[in-house]
Amino acid sequence: MMNLQIQKKNTDDHIDELVLIGEVDAYTAPKLKETLLEAAQKQGQKVIVNLSGVQYMDSTGLGVFVGALKSSQQSGSTLTLTGMTERVERLFEITGLTEVINIENTQEEEAR
Amino acid sequence: MLGEKGLLVERYEQFLSAYLSGRTEQSLYKAQQFSRKMIEQNISPEEVINIHYTVLESLNGDIPEQVKDSFDFLIEVMMGYGMAYREHQILRDKQLALESEIEVAASMQQTLLQGEVPTVDALEIGVISKAAKKMSGDYYHFVQNSPESISVAVADVIGKGVPAALCMSMIKYAMDSLPEQQNHPSIVLENLNRVVEQNVDPTMFITMFYGHYNTDLHRFFYAGAGHEPGFYYNALTDDFEEFTAKGLVLGVSRNTKYKQYEKKIEVGDMIIMLSDGVTECRTSSGFISRDEVISLIRSHMHLSPQEIVDNVYAELEQLQEFELRDDFTLIILKRTV
Repeated sequence: MMNLQIQKKNTDDHIDELVLIGEVDAYTAPKLKETLLEAAQKQGQKVIVNLSGVQYMDSTGLGVFVGALKSSQQSGSTLTLTGMTERVERLFEITGLTEVINIENTQEEEAR
Repeated sequence: MLGEKGLLVERYEQFLSAYLSGRTEQSLYKAQQFSRKMIEQNISPEEVINIHYTVLESLNGDIPEQVKDSFDFLIEVMMGYGMAYREHQILRDKQLALESEIEVAASMQQTLLQGEVPTVDALEIGVISKAAKKMSGDYYHFVQNSPESISVAVADVIGKGVPAALCMSMIKYAMDSLPEQQNHPSIVLENLNRVVEQNVDPTMFITMFYGHYNTDLHRFFYAGAGHEPGFYYNALTDDFEEFTAKGLVLGVSRNTKYKQYEKKIEVGDMIIMLSDGVTECRTSSGFISRDEVISLIRSHMHLSPQEIVDNVYAELEQLQEFELRDDFTLIILKRTV
């Protein structure tokens, strides 16, 4: 079973960047939920999640981002997802979440 | 009980003396059988040592003092094991009780959710839905309002097991309370979205594909809420197309609008609806692609829709080495006349 590594980069006080490496599924989602919600609950915080190291995500994983989105709308923080692989991007597209979550995949596009 | 224990001590004495006089394999085997007997009768490890000591004393009167005392010491040591063993027994009993409760809940879910598949003159319908665990997060629902139309919903609640199943029941009742809208897929989804948005844990959401087939017009009206797209098989061109019905999953944003699509269905055409369990099948060599699912369907297309879904499931199950990781639902509607 694959694990999920969460690397936290605090570039400055108002920006939390999380770099995820591994799989976001029912087994790893609780750990991510804890870290991500904590960041998204801070008012005015800019939360960036780099997903370039995530090859697989299931619907429970998507749920964590839905929860973080709702929480950021309440607290007035912002949530941005970057660097999605094609498989993960397809999930966000099918579920319509690309319309409501801020997604910046441009860097990844250039790298390809 | 005391009588039984007395009997146990007597048998133990027989076996032990037989072993001590011959040291044969056979008498050792008796010891193994005897331990099973003692476990059955809930004899704790420290009691076993006590029995051993009593028997030893009656077989051989002069045990050195030191050896005698060491038994008291050993009995103390074994008490911890005895306690752990009894705790284990209690947990095992609790687990059995929980399992039977889940069993009951699962059979309730079955009766509650999996309604009958309607029979419609111009259509053949094939359905298969299998849960990865006891409780399914996949859901399908047929409604037949009048002979000339049926509606079908396929949904997937994120998360699995009991919470997902409870959420399913909520959706079912919400759908049953919207009878006059059942012919309008986009309105059904808009209403369900509001229900889910208000009632569900923030990290939970539901994907749904809702379709309405009018057998007078042979038109299929449909709308999607973030659900894995199904396929449309065009018999004339012998092609599979993707059934794209874009829309946000249910439960994320209160005032979401859903776009309704429609398609004319000709004789021989098929409408294929599925859950992501079908395309997220994991095999030893990666994931099953949507093209592979299509070619599986194609290879059984000469059969009836029910036989197609049964065969596709059987083959995907084999590819996954018979271990279902996600709930699996596949529905095919085929226009026959």
